[in-house]
Amino acid sequence: MNFVMPDLYPASAEIFLLLMALVVLLVDLFAGRRWLTYLLTQLTLAGALGITFFTIDGRTVTTFSGMFIDDMFADLLKLALYPAVAMVLVYSRGYLAARNLDKGEFYVLTLFATLGMMVMISAGHFLSLYLGLEMLALSLYALVAIDRDSARATEAAMKYFVLGAMASGLLLYGMSMVYGATGSLEIAEVGQRIALGGGNRTVLVFGLVFVVAGLAFKLGVVPFHMWVPDVYHGAPTAVTLLIGSAPKLAALAIVMRMLVTGLAELAEHWQVMLMILSALSIALGNLAAIAQTNLKRMLAYSAISHMGFMLLGVLSGIVGGDPRFALNAYSSAMFYVIAYVLMSLGAFGMILLLSRAGFEAEDIEDFRGLNRRSPWFAAIMMILMFSMAGMPFFVGFFAKFAVLQAAIAAKLLWLAVFAVLFSLVGAFYYLRVVKVMYFDAPTDMSPIEGPRDMRILLSLNGLAVALVGLLPQGVLEYSIYATYTFLVGH
Amino acid sequence: MDFKTALFYILSAILVIAALRVVTARNPVHAVLFLVLAFFNASGLWLLLQAEFLAIALIAVYVGSVMVLFLFVVMMLDINLERLRQGFWGNLWLGGPIAVLMVVEMVAVLSARSFGPEALPVPAAPAAGYSNTKALGTAIYTDYVYPFELASVILLVALIAAVVLNLRQRRDNKQLNPAEQIAIQRKDRVRIVSMPSEKE
Repeated sequence: MNFVMPDLYPASAEIFLLLMALVVLLVDLFAGRRWLTYLLTQLTLAGALGITFFTIDGRTVTTFSGMFIDDMFADLLKLALYPAVAMVLVYSRGYLAARNLDKGEFYVLTLFATLGMMVMISAGHFLSLYLGLEMLALSLYALVAIDRDSARATEAAMKYFVLGAMASGLLLYGMSMVYGATGSLEIAEVGQRIALGGGNRTVLVFGLVFVVAGLAFKLGVVPFHMWVPDVYHGAPTAVTLLIGSAPKLAALAIVMRMLVTGLAELAEHWQVMLMILSALSIALGNLAAIAQTNLKRMLAYSAISHMGFMLLGVLSGIVGGDPRFALNAYSSAMFYVIAYVLMSLGAFGMILLLSRAGFEAEDIEDFRGLNRRSPWFAAIMMILMFSMAGMPFFVGFFAKFAVLQAAIAAKLLWLAVFAVLFSLVGAFYYLRVVKVMYFDAPTDMSPIEGPRDMRILLSLNGLAVALVGLLPQGVLEYSIYATYTFLVGH
Repeated sequence: MDFKTALFYILSAILVIAALRVVTARNPVHAVLFLVLAFFNASGLWLLLQAEFLAIALIAVYVGSVMVLFLFVVMMLDINLERLRQGFWGNLWLGGPIAVLMVVEMVAVLSARSFGPEALPVPAAPAAGYSNTKALGTAIYTDYVYPFELASVILLVALIAAVVLNLRQRRDNKQLNPAEQIAIQRKDRVRIVSMPSEKE
């Protein structure tokens, strides 16, 4: 047996992050200074960003016997991931401190969740994909329950845990079926073997059903969405912010790797499944959001509909075996996810900004008359809501435009029309928030406080939503480039 | 039917019955013991497949430690199963048909046609002196070192999560910190207040 040392260079960002997570754990234990833990966590994310940025070389490299892929797609998604997590930490800090939740474990678990997402993004093997997913999920379960005296948070964590475990089981069962049919767990190898006519079709499709169901659970799309509103509502808002933002990037990565790289030959089957999931999510997400009075719940239903829109991009990639549409469609899905993460960070960030010790500011009513209290932040919230609704010239508009264009190119006109109709319905509840902010009298006139770094970053976040909407080329090209290397790579 | 086939059916039958009893047993201790029985039979099946190490590991890890822990938990927590069980049969009209449908579909798809002896290649007989355990160890520490490390990180996360969710400093804790007591200074204990003298 000759052992070849795996090439560690492509995975250097992951290794750095893991080591630093352990350092943060120990420093927090022995120094006990929370600001030091916070600073180290931010430095870790900055360091990982630097490592990923400076090790980009445009090549697709696999290491650890094909289990880890370092391609441009992974690198660019990771470059979007670190700032998202860093923003979550900046927004959450004041909220956590006011509620006595500012524990060192919050930062450690967030770092481990980030590591899990990085592993998912770079997964080249069913095993590493699954383990990355579990690492993320386990950290999130604990984070949801971190406010352990709150019955609501505990209940949410319990629901999340049970349903998440079931989803993992479904995914794992589907993977084992694919393995049974093809004899390989390496995603690229699975794709090649199926393309060469290997594997029993019936078993493959059977496995595919479970894989798609498992992925749909993790994405939170109808009919596998039951956990989303309860978890978003029950978790401390800081954790909701984490769940609702960065993991969507990793979820896109595993959907792309599993379905497009691994099971591309079965596209005719999974496209139909995704079509149903997407249409149902867009419809139910937008309709159910209207009935909500709680902003966190409303944003949860809006997340469901946004994930439906993202799937619209994923499913338009291969038209009747013709891969010409792939670049456009997948890059539109990636653009959508990045835009959504930016908007979601801002919207939950606003809830965090308005909350104080003993006050959550999570009802739509709590935003009454925000314009009188702080015209600036009312304007930021308005930008975010307009963008989520898909009003022209905000980033949400271009994201929706891109996926709808992809769907129309794939001759799915009916689905595009359906999506547009329901996003019109959706505009109602976003505009209701704007109406409450501008036309209702405020019930309390306390000034908007909050740490200065948070206020500045939140303002920049809102402005970015507007600015990227005016000049979407940069992010769009970024997505196209990532998708291009992804498609060429396999 | 040769001996191995007969053994397979016996082990499988006991496994299925034991697994059913895990769910239906009224007494939670019985349920745990049935689970132990199920694990024993599963490890017997693995032995038939020549996966000796996994069979032993299943017994050592699951039966030996995990299930004992389970028994402790079940015995210590006085769980009223009757209350938990309320409404269990109420959903049978929905769950039952779905379960039957799933089983029929799975049998149809996963029948002997796709996973039978004809569909799968016969594995080559291992060379003399082949060690299952050694092969497994080599694979884990070379080809599968990445998932192995990831699994260890997941265990660490579970550990941290368990601590953060359960460790509580008791409020009535009277423990003193000797270092703090020794390092105490006069100004920490005595506050000198200067007050102007007043006349009545």
